Amino acid sequence: MAVETDFSQEGKKLTIKVKGRFDFGKHQAFREAYERQPDRPDSVVVDLKETTYLDSSALGMLLLLRDHAGGDDSDVRVVHASSDVRKILAISNFEKLFDIS
Amino acid sequence: MAAEQALTVLVAEDGAADRLLLAQIVRRQGHQVFTAENGEQAVALFVEQRPQLVLLDALMPVMDGFEAARQIKALAGETLVPIIFLTSLNEEDALVRCLEAGGDDFMAKPYSAVILAAKIRAMGRLRRLQATVLAQRDEITRHHHHLLNEQRVAKAVFDKVAHAGCLAAPNIRYLQSPYALFNGDLLLAAFTPSGDMQVLLGDFTGHGLPAAVGAMPLAEVFYGMTAKGYGLAQTLREMNAKLKRILPVDMFCCAVMLNLSVQRGSVEVWNGGMPDGYRLSAGGEVLSTLASRHLPLGILAPERFDDSTQVLPLAAGERLLLLSDGVLDTADDLERLFGVERLQGVLAGNRDPAHLFDEVMQALERFGGQPRDDISLCDIRMFAADERVPAPMIYAERGRPSPLDWSLGFELRGESLKQSNPVPYLVQLLQEIHPLRSRTGSLHSVLSELFSNALEHGVLGLDSRLKRDVQGFADYYRERAQRLAALADGFVRIDLKVEPHAEGGRLMIEVRDSGAGFDVQRVLSQPPSEQGLSGRGLQLITRLGSNAQWCEGGRCARVEFVW
Repeated sequence: MAVETDFSQEGKKLTIKVKGRFDFGKHQAFREAYERQPDRPDSVVVDLKETTYLDSSALGMLLLLRDHAGGDDSDVRVVHASSDVRKILAISNFEKLFDIS
Repeated sequence: MAAEQALTVLVAEDGAADRLLLAQIVRRQGHQVFTAENGEQAVALFVEQRPQLVLLDALMPVMDGFEAARQIKALAGETLVPIIFLTSLNEEDALVRCLEAGGDDFMAKPYSAVILAAKIRAMGRLRRLQATVLAQRDEITRHHHHLLNEQRVAKAVFDKVAHAGCLAAPNIRYLQSPYALFNGDLLLAAFTPSGDMQVLLGDFTGHGLPAAVGAMPLAEVFYGMTAKGYGLAQTLREMNAKLKRILPVDMFCCAVMLNLSVQRGSVEVWNGGMPDGYRLSAGGEVLSTLASRHLPLGILAPERFDDSTQVLPLAAGERLLLLSDGVLDTADDLERLFGVERLQGVLAGNRDPAHLFDEVMQALERFGGQPRDDISLCDIRMFAADERVPAPMIYAERGRPSPLDWSLGFELRGESLKQSNPVPYLVQLLQEIHPLRSRTGSLHSVLSELFSNALEHGVLGLDSRLKRDVQGFADYYRERAQRLAALADGFVRIDLKVEPHAEGGRLMIEVRDSGAGFDVQRVLSQPPSEQGLSGRGLQLITRLGSNAQWCEGGRCARVEFVW
């Protein structure tokens, strides 16, 4: 699976791992990763440790996730981004919307 | 047998008994049968009846099965008409010849009705598969033509909108791949009434029609507001609000927008999500980068949108280079990206900035295996005051002139000073004075200068001498933003008075502020060179209007326009 999810019941934290290229090809799988959860998580972590590439449609998908998780009140963290991926996130100034580490 | 599986079958066999037997077997299986006695008849019948499957004896008089198969296959074209050879030949060579002549299968005599039925069914399946593939191919081709045509029409309409501006101005050089629009790239340029040039390079997320859809409203806002004299902040706010309202959550538009002002000798920049642009000296050195400091347009709600800009000095002959990520993401045969370092290498190697554009293009060509169709590159040279293209007439002649005897007072206080720029409204109002329409640009320039002098030097008490160098520019505009944010009271009052004369009329403009005033005699007596970047406003006002004067200790400016 190129998109893996892990839901911790006690913390109500949803972790989504994206492997390989994070582009339009992952659209369906990424969307299902958070829409399919029976409970709404308090926080979402997007783990990009194994993401090799990220394009602008991936940025759009992150915006959809943020919207789904409550928009301005959401708690979405993007973790383990490689330096190339961070560069792309930085050009679009996504750190103003997401906690990126 | 289901009707769709019943076929029309041509049986060609020279032996009468075999022919009858075969025809009977095939007919019993529910198919319609035509019979021929030799190859020539078979070909003629094929032309006439277009059967869907052919059973062909290999050895026949007049024309043998091999030749008939070749001709039938040629006539059938890309439609699959399966041919099953009927043969008593057993040598491998003969069987191979059957297939090479275009046969799809063969069947040895004597015939088994069961095997023949199975073979006909199998060939029927193959035939249907081929028919489906062809139908789908044709449908895709039709859709594709349709799509290309729609794109052509959409592009023609869009070109009318996008090229309404001044992209053709002599100081702009740009490349946009012909279908860049359908990759979401957008390049717009236009003059404000006072002669500032505004440029926008945008890049919508995604490809195809969805990416192009947002371009139209964006262009409309850009041209509409630029023509009315709105600056970067207000135009960007409006564009962001509009895109936020109309685009789905996952769509947005990266954009870099510039305002080049000859009067102020500066460029104002806002970059949200585009790659670094470059500010270059007349000798081609990189003076600074125009880095992305904001989220792209269409993401943030209007109340959270950040319209803060950077103001940098830009003298005549200095340049700005803007690019889309298609330039940096151009890949070579090994899928390596062109990237920022290679671009900076080209910039560093440049000796004559007039050739920079070509050098970047050549470097991309040398590097990339195939040119991408989403490259946007734009080179803008700061123009000198005397090569300014005249601003377009905004308002068409219409209706009767209104009476020319009125006055109007307009005072902005506190919060309103932070948010509003009254100049576009006032210029629009003054369009009612028809004889002044040809001087819209001058009116806009004078009102803009008077208003910004009153706000910045009067109310906010900023010293324009700060702006003598690059660092000073940055300090000045940072200080401006801070003082404006902290502003609690203070006012700028604009009075307009229009009087008819026997032969024409007169417009009097007075702009007052709550500031401390300035030493009018001293400032006006300085030669322009000493006034530097900062003194241009007063010079300009004196040149464009008549009877410009400052009174009340520099707290009130008066300018007249007479016709």
